[in-house]
Amino acid sequence: MTLQDIVSSLHLEVLAGAEHLGREVSGGYVADLLSCVMAGAEAGNLWITLQTHGNIIAVAALVELSGIIVAEGAPIPPETLAKAAEQNVVVLSSPQPVYQTVAQLVALGL
Amino acid sequence: MKKPFALFAADKAPSLSKVHELIRELKVSQVMTKTLYTLPPDATMQEVKDLMRQHRISGVPVVDAQGLCGIVSLEDLIHALEQQALSAPIRQFMTPMPLVVARAQEPLLEAFKRLEQHNVGRMPVLDGHGALVGIVTHTDIIASLLKSLQDVYTEDERLCDCNPQYFFDALRSDATNLLLRYHVEAGDFAHGGEASARIKRALLRIGASPRLARRVAIAAYEAEINLIIHTNRGGSVLVDVTPQEIRVVVQDSGPGIPDVEEARRPGFSTASPRAREMGFGAGMGLTNIERCSDRLDIWSALGVGTRLEIVFKLPA
Repeated sequence: MTLQDIVSSLHLEVLAGAEHLGREVSGGYVADLLSCVMAGAEAGNLWITLQTHGNIIAVAALVELSGIIVAEGAPIPPETLAKAAEQNVVVLSSPQPVYQTVAQLVALGL
Repeated sequence: MKKPFALFAADKAPSLSKVHELIRELKVSQVMTKTLYTLPPDATMQEVKDLMRQHRISGVPVVDAQGLCGIVSLEDLIHALEQQALSAPIRQFMTPMPLVVARAQEPLLEAFKRLEQHNVGRMPVLDGHGALVGIVTHTDIIASLLKSLQDVYTEDERLCDCNPQYFFDALRSDATNLLLRYHVEAGDFAHGGEASARIKRALLRIGASPRLARRVAIAAYEAEINLIIHTNRGGSVLVDVTPQEIRVVVQDSGPGIPDVEEARRPGFSTASPRAREMGFGAGMGLTNIERCSDRLDIWSALGVGTRLEIVFKLPA
């Protein structure tokens, strides 16, 4: 399943990295604690979080995540998106809470 | 085979001999178009026009009962159009035998030279018995050469995924170290992770496996964030690469950890509310470092500072 498939099915807004939506998604990971993501997420995972500050981009790039979904339509600072563009990190936004977002991903077969 | 020197591998073009070898190996039969549209010599130029348009081709071999007897090209068709002779038979406009032909089993390079030498756009391809088995055009040849070049490059990129050991093999000394130094500012959350990202890129560059580079980067990231969250004046990250191991040394000048054993316990954290709001302070930093490295030593003294030494063994 690619990011594009997920963006289309969940009607997500693409805030950064639109040119990388062809990436394969290997699974999902949910956490708001960065160390948990560093420890638990695998390369290619899609990270669902409420965090929006710039360090989520560093984490996503280091762990080689396929992308980040920021839930609840949380506003994302422009610095974060600039960093995302620079480091080829895909940032998606969902108006849904984390729980519903994950449920939709599971229903898709992720 | 051991790759002698991986440092510049990413910049270096594949050796010419490798490309040569590849091109020499390519046979006409691997490149030619096997779907043939032929016409008999008494068919009309109108039929040539229709066939070319229908299949978007620019040349048609002409075949009689004995086999290949000529070839008719787009240029020939233009001549026929100029003379308003579309109802004329092909034999009036075609290039008759002897034609410039290619053999299915000959090297592509030889066939290409002949194509250039005779300044023709296409050649019928014959098998060992002289039977027409395909057609090869300029475009076919260029496309296949580009594809081969791409394959050579991809193979070279794969070769880069090797051991940093190879980087050192070419550097003869009694003991070789590669040192990377980074300074991390206290409280600089905005740039958190940059040193780790650079470390990761540097390691990949000298040929570390993506897995190893990721492990080192995760450990470096946790240490870097600790410098940002906890120190008075930031600190330094030093990556010392030798043929045997990668040693990451992280030092700061205080405040120091009161109880190192306690600090190493999963979940223990003294991070500020501000840091916690940003998702730091899970109390998993040192645990993560320990988990992805082969050894973690912590030395700390209150009022003096802290020194982390993180070791990754390299595969022999």
